Amino acid sequence: MCLGIPAQIVSISDATKKLAMVEVSGVQREVNVACIMPESGDADELLGAWALIHVGFAMSRINEEEAKKTLEILIQLGEAQAEIEAMRHGQAALEGSS
Amino acid sequence: MKYADEFRDPEAVNTVLSEIERIIDEIGATADQPIHIMEICGGHTHAIFRYGLDKLTPEGLEFIHGPGCPVCVLPMARVDECVELAERPEVIFTTFGDAVRVPGTKKSLLQAKADGADIRIVYSPLDALELARQNPDREVVFFALGFETTTPSTALCVQQAAQEKISNFSLFCNHITVPPPIKVLLDDPYMKLDGFVGPGHVSMVIGLEPYEFIARDYNKPIIVAGFEPVDLLQSVMMVLEQIKSGQAKVENQYARIVPDQGNPVSIAACEDVYERRESFEWRGLGEIDESGLKIREKYASFDAERKFGIGYGQASRVVEEPEGCRCGDVMTGRIKPIQCEQFGKGCTPERPLGALMVSSEGACAAYYQYGGVRPDLEPAV
Repeated sequence: MCLGIPAQIVSISDATKKLAMVEVSGVQREVNVACIMPESGDADELLGAWALIHVGFAMSRINEEEAKKTLEILIQLGEAQAEIEAMRHGQAALEGSS
Repeated sequence: MKYADEFRDPEAVNTVLSEIERIIDEIGATADQPIHIMEICGGHTHAIFRYGLDKLTPEGLEFIHGPGCPVCVLPMARVDECVELAERPEVIFTTFGDAVRVPGTKKSLLQAKADGADIRIVYSPLDALELARQNPDREVVFFALGFETTTPSTALCVQQAAQEKISNFSLFCNHITVPPPIKVLLDDPYMKLDGFVGPGHVSMVIGLEPYEFIARDYNKPIIVAGFEPVDLLQSVMMVLEQIKSGQAKVENQYARIVPDQGNPVSIAACEDVYERRESFEWRGLGEIDESGLKIREKYASFDAERKFGIGYGQASRVVEEPEGCRCGDVMTGRIKPIQCEQFGKGCTPERPLGALMVSSEGACAAYYQYGGVRPDLEPAV
């Protein structure tokens, strides 16, 4: 339950609500980035950054090399798939098909 | 070594394992008189069994599985209250997938869903908030469950809902905190605990300070650990090093994710939205003072307990565990999962009797799946 998955921030979807799109293994998902906002308050500074994503919230910045290594091992171990599947499932719930 | 291929750095694992063996020998711990290390977090329990770390480490080291699986410690009365909420016709009840199979006294959320309740499994509380925006004529309740890792996500959602003046969104709050049950276990004269492996992602939020009492008041080491096998083994080694040299400190093995001071934005959001309950019930451990959170008065309209008159103080809290279920004894380290008579017989992951068999982070489910002891697969005698 407390696990998460590293993902890369690819765009800012709503700077006021601190929402951004992240991508992991080809799956995109909107997440909240309030917890990792730069001191400047400029969400654009997060573009390209990697973060640990937990239940739709970016909780901690990770350096790119570390993030990729972690993701690689999570995928090898089959742990990443469950998290990515949960992201997809969440989307299905919104569409009423859960 | 059978599991070596699965590790990020097998060589590093071998080095750490040799070091663990050396320190265990130096301390003089044996199978009869082992060093007891508790991994607090359910994610760590899962990893220990998943990677067979309990088998790779020497016999003089025994892992005690802690209470850090929020699904496992959820009392049956709370599941009943979830079902009660979910069965209201105006409610869309949203929950993380982990929680739907936990048995209540009458049914689980999954059974309630099969019986027609509108229950949606979501990935994030953000999805529940979005459902509330999309369904203004329905009441969307999110089952807020989890430790400090998850609490900021629901706190930030409540703040967002308040900002947008969304009136059909509420939380059924069951958030709990890690330090209080650890204190209860340390005060339990039956518990044998020499040190702790601390939860990585909880600490990413709260930092290291909340664990200081473990070192200061109880003279036990605690190392905040990551989730990969090498992280866990390194952390065990660090605990053992402290024990050997007679130290008791809080250390951070997972600094690549965990800042010593935690995450200030998360801490502020949680402080704004939540306050401590006087006490909260933990399955297997009973009522623990100041171990649960509730929504502050200023966010009362987002509190499903207030909104629907359900929850603490509304009904008798005494709910008997199912007959033969010994989750409480497993949780407090008095017995191993396989010593429970129901393990693998009356209680399996497919048909769980107790909560420790429900979540993959529960000690019983992890033991069942990876522990190599499957009574159901043993030949009949």
